[in-house]
Amino acid sequence: MGLRRRRAEREVPREATPPAYTGPMPVLTIDALGRKCPIPIIMLAERIGEVPVGQIIAVQADDVAARTDVPAWCRMKSQDFVREETLPRGWAFHIRRTY
Amino acid sequence: MAYFDAASTESLHPAAREALVAALDGGWADPQRLYGGARRARLLLDQARAKVAVAFGVRPDETFFTSSGTQAVHLAMLGALSARRRTGRHLVVGAVEHSSVLHTAALHEREGGRVTTVGVDRTGRVDPEEFAAALRPDTALACLQSANHEVGTLQPVAEVAEACRAARVPLFVDAAQSAGRVEVPAGWSLLAASAHKWGGPPGVGVLVIRKNTRWRSPLPEDEREGRRVPGFENVPGAVAAAAALEAYAAEMERDGPRLSALVDRIRERVPRLVEDVEVIGDPVRRLPHLVTFSCLYVEGEALLTELDRLGFAVSSGSSCTADTLRPSHVLEAMGVITHGNVRVSLPRGTSATDVDRFLAVLPGAVARLRRTAGMTTH
Repeated sequence: MGLRRRRAEREVPREATPPAYTGPMPVLTIDALGRKCPIPIIMLAERIGEVPVGQIIAVQADDVAARTDVPAWCRMKSQDFVREETLPRGWAFHIRRTY
Repeated sequence: MAYFDAASTESLHPAAREALVAALDGGWADPQRLYGGARRARLLLDQARAKVAVAFGVRPDETFFTSSGTQAVHLAMLGALSARRRTGRHLVVGAVEHSSVLHTAALHEREGGRVTTVGVDRTGRVDPEEFAAALRPDTALACLQSANHEVGTLQPVAEVAEACRAARVPLFVDAAQSAGRVEVPAGWSLLAASAHKWGGPPGVGVLVIRKNTRWRSPLPEDEREGRRVPGFENVPGAVAAAAALEAYAAEMERDGPRLSALVDRIRERVPRLVEDVEVIGDPVRRLPHLVTFSCLYVEGEALLTELDRLGFAVSSGSSCTADTLRPSHVLEAMGVITHGNVRVSLPRGTSATDVDRFLAVLPGAVARLRRTAGMTTH
């Protein structure tokens, strides 16, 4: 019991609904749903140049590998990984173009 | 064909072949019986056990032969968990352990046990302090590999063993990837290894249970192998495994540093030769023979097939090469690219010429696949 209580205290209080996202919205969204990695990453690399520097591009993908690969790609390519948004099917990954 | 997949298996060492053939003829009798042939088989088995015990720095009566490294892992974990059930049912494992460890942990959880998974940093190494913090009064067992099988990073076994000793929790070390190549730091309670990784025959594993470690067989009672491992002893296999370990470990004292220099060469040159590549794993605290890198925009399986066509046998942790659709849990836990992954693990005697040939063909192979995949920009 003692252990369980200590665990519970560490947990961040959860709100009934997550706060609505108020950050900048993507100016371009790529649909890579149904495509296996590395295709979503290739599509991202090919099209990030279409958004202005400082703006956001989003990639929608449902290959679970993208959850690791998109942030890792951003780290390798010095792009800015903004957030992962859960979709009814898959996720949308938001990336800010830095250069 | 240049074979660069020693982390999967080594070819049979000549010393093992010789010992195996001799023991098939001279050690086939039942080592538990009392007649001459049986005593000969028993003597061969005891000698093999003594050799393996010396290699791991333990006593022969702490050393048991199993039918595989995986069986040794299963018996070590389930036996320790079973014996310490009254202490608790909490299990601690590293996030990048071999699947045999993680599957055993999953089984433990399905049967009502609790599991804490300790994460790793970008190099694939667990933080000893985080590992120590995961130990609880009800922790029955902690598990940590000696080195990672996909990226070669050495784990902080000595520090974790010290923390486990202080918390009075037995530590199980999966030494499958390092045994015969790198000595395992002392302080652990249970250990598993696999003979085919050091040039022994397939179908032979090693389980070490230190004295004063509580262990109860999770399987039906059987009188073989000191009641630790069920089934008729594989005497020829054990003899060959021991002969291979002795020969291999001696060779590695010389060949290990040479292989390590070849790995450094690959680590240094691949990022210069190929654009958009990341060499992963710890560059210094690593296995001597293993290096892994990930090439952006390339499918792992396609790259392996292309390298095979060019005469190189390598492996990959990329999801596309596995039967499962999930990416490698190791690469995922490290937060590195999971596609385009290549693991190069050099067997004994790998020539520098073969490594240079590999470095010569790799850039072209990656470039071809990127073009095929439709990459036009970088």
